[in-house]
Amino acid sequence: MKGELKGEGLTVRDLRVTFDGFTAVDGVDLDIRPGDLRFLIGPNGAGKTTLVDAVTGLVKASGSARFGGQELLGRPVQAIARTGIGRTFQTATVFENLTVLQNLDIAAGAGRRWWTMLRRRKEVPEPVERALETIGLSALRDRPAGVLAHGQKQWLEIGMLLVQDVRLLLLDEPVAGMSHDERQATGELLQRISEERTVVVIEHDMDFMRSFARSVSVLHAGRMLSEGTVAEVQADAKVQEVYLGRAAEPVPSEPVATAQEA
Amino acid sequence: MTTTVTSRARLARFRAPGGFLLGAVLLLGVAPLVLPDFRLSLLAKYLCYAIVAVGVSLAWGRGGLLVLGQGVFFGLGGYAMAMHLKLADATAAGETLPDFMQLYGTSDALPWWWEPFRSPLFALVMTVVLPMAVAAALGFFVFRRRVKGAYFAILSQALAAALAIWLVGQQATTGGTNGLTDIQGFFGYDLNDPVNQRMVYLVIAAALLLVMVLARQLFVSRFGELLVAVRDSEERVRFLGYNPANVKLVAYVVAAGMAGLAGALFVPAVGIISPALIGIVPSIGFVIGAAVGGRASLVGAVLGAVAVAWAQSTLSDAFPAAWTYLQGLLFVVAVGFLPGGLASLATLLRNRRTRPDSSGGAV
Ligand SMILES: Nc1ncnc2c1ncn2[C@@H]1O[C@H](COP(=O)(O)OP(=O)(O)O)[C@@H](O)[C@H]1O
Ligand SMILES: [Mg+2]
Repeated sequence: MKGELKGEGLTVRDLRVTFDGFTAVDGVDLDIRPGDLRFLIGPNGAGKTTLVDAVTGLVKASGSARFGGQELLGRPVQAIARTGIGRTFQTATVFENLTVLQNLDIAAGAGRRWWTMLRRRKEVPEPVERALETIGLSALRDRPAGVLAHGQKQWLEIGMLLVQDVRLLLLDEPVAGMSHDERQATGELLQRISEERTVVVIEHDMDFMRSFARSVSVLHAGRMLSEGTVAEVQADAKVQEVYLGRAAEPVPSEPVATAQEA
Repeated sequence: MTTTVTSRARLARFRAPGGFLLGAVLLLGVAPLVLPDFRLSLLAKYLCYAIVAVGVSLAWGRGGLLVLGQGVFFGLGGYAMAMHLKLADATAAGETLPDFMQLYGTSDALPWWWEPFRSPLFALVMTVVLPMAVAAALGFFVFRRRVKGAYFAILSQALAAALAIWLVGQQATTGGTNGLTDIQGFFGYDLNDPVNQRMVYLVIAAALLLVMVLARQLFVSRFGELLVAVRDSEERVRFLGYNPANVKLVAYVVAAGMAGLAGALFVPAVGIISPALIGIVPSIGFVIGAAVGGRASLVGAVLGAVAVAWAQSTLSDAFPAAWTYLQGLLFVVAVGFLPGGLASLATLLRNRRTRPDSSGGAV
C-alpha cells in the first residue's frame, strides 16, 4: 500500500513490554495508515512512551512491529531510524553545545558518505534551509541550541526529523509546556507535515487533540482501550469512564480551540 | 547586529591561520635561535607530550572519551622506533644483535618479531599503524558493547599497566625495566652531535604543527560536530540513524596514532624508551596537561602539556614526592572546577565583563 505519500504504514501486533515482572505494554495492536495524524492518548503511566520506546528499539519488546514491510523489533536503534522512523522525547533533547544549524545539519547527515564527513560544511544544505523556515528558527540558526526556549527546542527537534527525512514521526508530548499560541502553531505545523508523512502524537491535552487529530487511539494500563475518530472515541463509554471522566474535565461537544484563532 | 557578527566571523577565519603562522615562527624560527642545545632538547621532549595532548584533546575534549591509557600507544610507537634504531646501531657496530641482547640473551638469534623492524620503512609505518590497530581492536569491542566512561578509563589504565609489566618481564627481548637505551644514531645521523639533535627538534616541532592542522580539520569538519553531539547525547545521535560507536572509534584511533607518533619521536629526542615511561602514572600524566590547558581547545591542550611537562622536570628534581601530589591536585582542580582548563579562563572573564544577551530572541 504505497501512494504518493512519503509516509508508510505502521503495523503493531500483540506488543508486550515487561519491566522486572511489571507489564507496561500488554498486548497492544495498532494500525496506522500512511498520512494519518494519529493522537495517542491515555492517562499518565498508560504505557504511551514505552510503546514508542519499543517501536524505536530503545526497550526490548515481544510481538511484532512492522513498518514498510520490515520487522522492527530486535533491531538496533540506529537501524530502525534508518528505515525512516524518527522520534522526539518528552523532555526535548537537542545538542545543547551545537548551534541550531549544526543540530539540523547532523540530523540531515546519517546517509552521508564518510569522506564528506571529514570536510567542513561549506553551505547550508537545501533541506536544512527549508526546515529552518518551516520551524521558524532561521533567525536563531547560529545560536547554541542550549539557549533556546522550551518550545523552540521542541520545534528544533521536529525540524531535525524533517531533515532526517523520516516517513513516520513519533512525537512524545511535543506541546507540553507551550503557550496556547505556540500549541496552535505547532498543531498547524503537524497538519502540514502529515500531508507528506505519517505523524503519531502522544498528548494529554484534550483541546489540542480535538483541534488537530485525524484519528485517536486510547491507551489505558498497557492496553488499547478504544480507537477511531475524535467523535467516536469521545462517545465511547469506556473512554469516558477511565480517561475523560477521571480527567475531571467537561467534554465540550464542539471543538473550541479553532474558533478562538483565526 | 548582523554586521558585527559577520565581521567577527571574518576575523575568526583569520585567527586560526594567523595563530598557526605565529606558532610556526616561534617553534621553527625563534626557539632554535634563542635556546641553547640543552634547553632545546628539553623542549623537543615536551613537544612530544604536546603531540599526545593533541590526540587527547580530540578524543577526550571533543569526544568525551577519558583516554587514561595513552601510554600504551606512546609505548608501541616508541618501541617500534627504538627497535629499528637499536638494530641499525648494532649493524653499524658490526654486531648481529643489539647490545642488551648480547648481555641478557639466552639464544644468539634475533627474535622473529624483531626481524621486520630492520626495515626503516616498516618500522616507521608501524610507529603509527601498530597503535592505531590496537586502538581499533580495543575500541571496536569497548564502544560496541557500550562500555561507559569510568569503565573505559579503568580498562585503558589496566592495558597500560599490562603492557608495562609484560615489557619488564621480557628482559631478554625488550630490555626489561631498563627499556631500550643508549640509542646512538637516527637514520644514519649521529645523535651525539648537537647539530643532529637540533634537526631532531625541528622534525618534532614540524610534526606537532602537522598534527595540529590535522586535528583542527577534524574539529571544524562535520565529523567534529558529530563527535560533540555523540559526547553530549549519544542516545539522541543513535535515533538520527548514526552508530555512535563508529564515531568514537575514529576519534580514539586517530588519538592513538598521534600518541604513537609522539612515542616514536621521543626516542631520538631523549635516547630511551622504557616501561616507566608508558605505564599508569605517565598515562595519567598525558591527560593532565590537556586538562589544565583546556582539553576542548587545541592550543590550550598543547600549551598545557608543555607547561606541565616543564613544571614536572623543574619541580620533580627538587621535590620528587611533592610533585606526585601536585600532579593529582592539578588534575582534580582542572577537571572538577575548570573543565575548560586555562583556555576557558579568558572566555570566562570576558563574559563576566560583557554579559551576553541571554534573551531567547523572537521567532
Ligand atoms: N525503564 C522502566 N523501568 C520500569 N518501569 C518503567 C520503565 N519505564 C516505564 N515504566 C513504567 O511503565 C509504565 C508506563 O510508563 P510510560 O510508558 O512512561 O507511561 P506514559 O508515557 O503513558 O505516561 C509506568 O507505570 C512506568 O512507571
Ligand atoms: Mg510518557
